[in-house]
Amino acid sequence: MISRRDFLQVSMAASALYGASGFGNWARLAAQQSLTQDQLLEFDTFGNVSLIHVTDIHAQLKPIYFREPEINLGVGENKGSVPHVTGADFRKLYGIEDNSPSAYALTYNDFSALGKAYGKVGGLDRVATVINSIRAARPDALLLDGGDTWHGSYTCYHTEGQDMVNVMNALKPDAMTFHWEFTLGSERVREVVADLPFAALGANIFDAEWDEPAEDFEPYKFFERGGVKIAVIGQAFPYMPIANPGWMFPEYSFGIRTERMQEVVDEVRGMGAELVVLLSHNGFDVDKKMASLVKGIDVVLSGHTHDALPEPVLVGETIIIASGSNGKFISRVDLDVRDGRMMGFRHKLIPIFSDVIEPDKAVSTLIDEQRAPYEDAMSEVIGETDSVLYRRGNFNGTWDDLICDALLSEREADIAMSPGVRWGPSLLPGDKITREDIWNATSMTYGKAYRSEMTGEFIHTIMEDVADNIFNPDPYYQQGGDMVRMGGLGYRIDITKPQGERISELTLLKTGEQLDPAKNYVVAGWASVNEGTEGPQIWDVVESHIRKQGVVHVEPNTSVKVVGA
Amino acid sequence: MNLTRRDAMALGLGATAAALLPFRAVAAADDAIAAFTGGAEAGEGGITLTAPEIAENGNTVPITVDAPGAETIAVFATGNPTPEVAAFTFGPLAGSQMASTRIRLAGTQDVVAIAKMADGSFVKTSATVKVTIGGCGG
Repeated sequence: MISRRDFLQVSMAASALYGASGFGNWARLAAQQSLTQDQLLEFDTFGNVSLIHVTDIHAQLKPIYFREPEINLGVGENKGSVPHVTGADFRKLYGIEDNSPSAYALTYNDFSALGKAYGKVGGLDRVATVINSIRAARPDALLLDGGDTWHGSYTCYHTEGQDMVNVMNALKPDAMTFHWEFTLGSERVREVVADLPFAALGANIFDAEWDEPAEDFEPYKFFERGGVKIAVIGQAFPYMPIANPGWMFPEYSFGIRTERMQEVVDEVRGMGAELVVLLSHNGFDVDKKMASLVKGIDVVLSGHTHDALPEPVLVGETIIIASGSNGKFISRVDLDVRDGRMMGFRHKLIPIFSDVIEPDKAVSTLIDEQRAPYEDAMSEVIGETDSVLYRRGNFNGTWDDLICDALLSEREADIAMSPGVRWGPSLLPGDKITREDIWNATSMTYGKAYRSEMTGEFIHTIMEDVADNIFNPDPYYQQGGDMVRMGGLGYRIDITKPQGERISELTLLKTGEQLDPAKNYVVAGWASVNEGTEGPQIWDVVESHIRKQGVVHVEPNTSVKVVGA
Repeated sequence: MNLTRRDAMALGLGATAAALLPFRAVAAADDAIAAFTGGAEAGEGGITLTAPEIAENGNTVPITVDAPGAETIAVFATGNPTPEVAAFTFGPLAGSQMASTRIRLAGTQDVVAIAKMADGSFVKTSATVKVTIGGCGG
């Protein structure tokens, strides 16, 4: 693990780069619990180029709570490295005081109490205020959206992403790349992209039939800012047709394509790019590996794995920036680019405390307009929770357990499976659960809840397969999600073992018996990537379950034993 | 580490299961490779194999082989029941010694490419291609 001081020394020694992060500053101010908008936005404009990074907003137009992960395990070379550091270790690494606003924003501890003290985060009208303030200091700052923007809410589902397109257009991004957008179906994606007033990038988006770069997306776009020729290259999520239903976008192929990335970087350098920025949806560990293999990238704006890091991570002479999710953070990166190279940077991860940052009125109005037709349906109260409901983490969160409980009881199943996605805001104890809240945790275009029989052996195979997508020691074989959430089934996982040997002690919780490999079990799940999946929509299943409960209570999950962390 | 008897049994079973299938397949691949090289040692370098880390569809995995100066490039799917996938032969007028095709993979395995050079020597390279059930994205 690199300490903060080590990081600065590394950056000084390894290259001519010098860097500074605004984080330490606001952490101290925050510790005094006297946070103001001016302090959050305070930044000594530096160099000649500013980048603004937002990513993985998952259609969260309004402020929400979002609990950062408690368990986020790194494997192989990334064991113990950021972003695989959580809780007290994270606070120690970055010098964050317990119970401070930064502790609330970046770690999971005492989430209910701190959430009540510091309030909700995010809201695109607040995000707009921060962007406007950066543009006031640097009018030609580039705003870059890392994708997972047109997915994840009631209104986004019903408008097929149009609500997000309308609001994001008002923020005037300069470029964007993609992941969940493709689950709207390729026809809808092309329809939206055709009218986008900014660049739709993806150097790794290929035509599946010809295995050539797809015509509908540019690999990169050039910008001239502060006298600097900047190339922004896009990298869409590499494993789209594997992690999401490929039948929804059969014309496209993705993949990491390291050789292709090197070719594109060489191409833009050959065309005179003085600064090369990779707008990536690879996920953090994949970006680290790619930055070590591809020469000539100055800045990676990393998305997909939802990590929020208060300082850049340096790989060679490339800085990697991780800006969180759900509209909770914005990264501002100021760069000094001279004589055709990046000489220094100044960076700040800005947390969007929704009670501290003033909403931008025009964007507030625009958001309300998108929501108005659906407000009555969304705001209906379905129940209440007396537990924190959250998802983010390598293994079951309480939202997942609630969803699994709903599947077990509503679908009369032995075992439930819920996908290990990283999106979905949190709720605090005492919060009402509205229909909108349920959709925030479940909304997708392939949400049908299947019910089928699987043998014990097949269930085991699925779990081994998913576990390898997270815990394969080579990041290029990781897909960036979390472990599939199991309901009604306990197990032991040794994350250091190879595929086929990680999962053991599968126990059917209702009988306490070991799972019989040869026996059939009734399994209920959702988010199948298979075409033609049948069943009720998951949000209806969860709504019906919560209605019957009235007040939801979720006990801590002790059925997963993790070894080798 | 304290291994209980059950742990030991589970480990033993896992190791057997993991070793059994690939063993036969790899033996078949070794035979196929030996048949191509005549048992000669293959060197490193001078050949590249481009393949996806994770196949989007195991039934049609795009690969590219490139070995400047090669007479023949053979591709082996070491985990397939029939490991010999393709052999590309380049005539003296060939502009480059590169070929692309799509192959079918029975499961996660190493794909091996071996080039026979003009001087009769061999070079080889390999790539692991994972074939997965798929599932959950962030």
